[in-house]
Amino acid sequence: MSATDLQNHPAARALAQRHRLRVWEGLPWLLALACYFAFPRYLGFGTEILITVLFAISLDLALGYAGIVTLGHAAFFGAGAYTVGMLAKNGIWTEPITGLLLGAAVAGLIGFLSGLVLLRTAGLTLLMLTLCFMGLLEESANMGADFTGGFDGLDSLPIKPIVGMFEFDVLYSKTQYLYVLAVLFVCFVFTRTLVYSPFGHSLTGIRENTLRMHAVGAPVERRLVICYTISAAIAGIAGALWAQANAYVNLSTLGLDRAATVLIILVLGGYGRLYGAFVGAFVYMMLEHFLSKLYPEAWQLGLGLLLVVIALFARGGILGIGEELRRRFRGWRNKP
Amino acid sequence: MTVLLETQSVSKNFGALRATREVSFKLEEGARHALIGPNGAGKTTFINLLTGVLPPNSGKVLLKDRDITQMAQAERVKLGIARTFQINRLFRGLSVLENVYMAVAERVGAAPKMLTPAGAQRDVIDESMQLLESLKLADIAHHTIVGLPYGRQRLVELAITLGLKPEVLLLDEPAAGVPSAESHIILDAIDALPKTIGVLIIDHDMDLVFRFAKRITVLVRGAIFAEGTPKEIGANPDVRAVYLGQATQHG
Ligand SMILES: Nc1ncnc2c1ncn2[C@@H]1O[C@H](COP(=O)(O)OP(=O)(O)O)[C@@H](O)[C@H]1O
Ligand SMILES: [Mg+2]
Repeated sequence: MSATDLQNHPAARALAQRHRLRVWEGLPWLLALACYFAFPRYLGFGTEILITVLFAISLDLALGYAGIVTLGHAAFFGAGAYTVGMLAKNGIWTEPITGLLLGAAVAGLIGFLSGLVLLRTAGLTLLMLTLCFMGLLEESANMGADFTGGFDGLDSLPIKPIVGMFEFDVLYSKTQYLYVLAVLFVCFVFTRTLVYSPFGHSLTGIRENTLRMHAVGAPVERRLVICYTISAAIAGIAGALWAQANAYVNLSTLGLDRAATVLIILVLGGYGRLYGAFVGAFVYMMLEHFLSKLYPEAWQLGLGLLLVVIALFARGGILGIGEELRRRFRGWRNKP
Repeated sequence: MTVLLETQSVSKNFGALRATREVSFKLEEGARHALIGPNGAGKTTFINLLTGVLPPNSGKVLLKDRDITQMAQAERVKLGIARTFQINRLFRGLSVLENVYMAVAERVGAAPKMLTPAGAQRDVIDESMQLLESLKLADIAHHTIVGLPYGRQRLVELAITLGLKPEVLLLDEPAAGVPSAESHIILDAIDALPKTIGVLIIDHDMDLVFRFAKRITVLVRGAIFAEGTPKEIGANPDVRAVYLGQATQHG
């Protein structure tokens, strides 16, 4: 093959174009905007879904791309939420957008420091340690009642209007919905850029074969800590949004419940795929919202069964099933 | 001749097992050196000591007279030491091209970039494709590793390592599992490398070893048993007794 043949080789072209935007990638955003107009009375619920999507994206970066198995990601969600909550409650800082940045900074710092220690381990040990670390934060928030409001949390947070113009909407969450959607979009574009970058490629390398990454000269630990820090900061933004949108913060932002739910959501939607976070959060929260009213006891049983099926037969989650079907359909169509 | 890589009396124990016993060894610039010995002799362990996968219990490892005994794996790679693994260590979910990209991007310093797409590093892609072409892998560059025959995977294993453009190349049974009709691809690739590179190869295929090596070291139970030119080693009755006798048992 000549040099130009090699440059035009399908593999080279596929890699060179891997990051290109595909048409369908506009779909989630159009749908989200359409929902704003179509379901004005459900925007509070919609806001909750969007925040969960962002949280799941942050986990996807760490778990889906870099292979960092963590069961303690709510530590960073909570850190962001409490940063906003405590600053606002004490009248120190109530401006929302810079509030997000502060939430990201605090969560990122905690991610960085804990990552330096925890990421020396892997697998089950890491899973346990992340869980313990989150428990530590939760207990501190519980005991430091003077600052955190303890078990009751902090409510009626005074948050200033966005860019000084748009008041948070207590009744229908209209402002919150668009605000969260915009922040989600920015964070998503950043994450998408990151996972398609050489850095993101090296994260998948660490996930696929850590030992080999050492053997090609990659500073594995440093990459993991950087990834974990960024992931924590994004989770912190999600938590900060949650505190701002609800005007309160409580221990639920830091708990195992939230950490486990976001993990389930990511597995359900498909990890290491960016859009799995969207699909998983939407499906899970719709199921929870509607089924839990109809079958308050049984719906979790149904969810459990669904997860077992996914774990056994569809490791790629819902998106993975879609990819498989598309592949089969192509194979079938290409047959003579 | 300058010595590239050297060990001074290195030892490695696994509990009571003495896997490497006071091995003093030199790999020179331009060397085409083979390390042979029966299974379990400690050949892979020795490579692990050279590359920093394992720390020795005693002794030193030197690269161009610099003590690197305490140095981490990745840092040694930056200094020019690269190896292949006896058992493939590939990025199994990625394409062949993406596997090689990983090494080349790391070597040219592109890997830490966060805000530009991996696909925009045309130089990295082009170099990776050329490397694959030289190993007759270009036609399967877009295949995912998982679905490839073992022999092909073996060549990808080599391709990743060559993507690092090492000064010291350590090959742990590169031809094991490669159909014999294709094993010449490996030797051809090594022949095409700059002559100054020091190459150490472990292999059980005596044809390949004697075709390739200008110098042979025989390792038995962790210690150097004999060292010399292929002619000397081939004529050494002790080596024939110890090594060749057992090699037939292990294939
Ligand atoms: N990580 C390890 N832990 C314990 N024993 C090991 C380890 N690696 C190798 N060994 C033992 O050390 C001896 C040498 O192994 P190895 O270096 O793989 O031999 P070779 O590559 O020459 O076949 C073997 O007996 C093997 O079982
Ligand atoms: Mg071996």
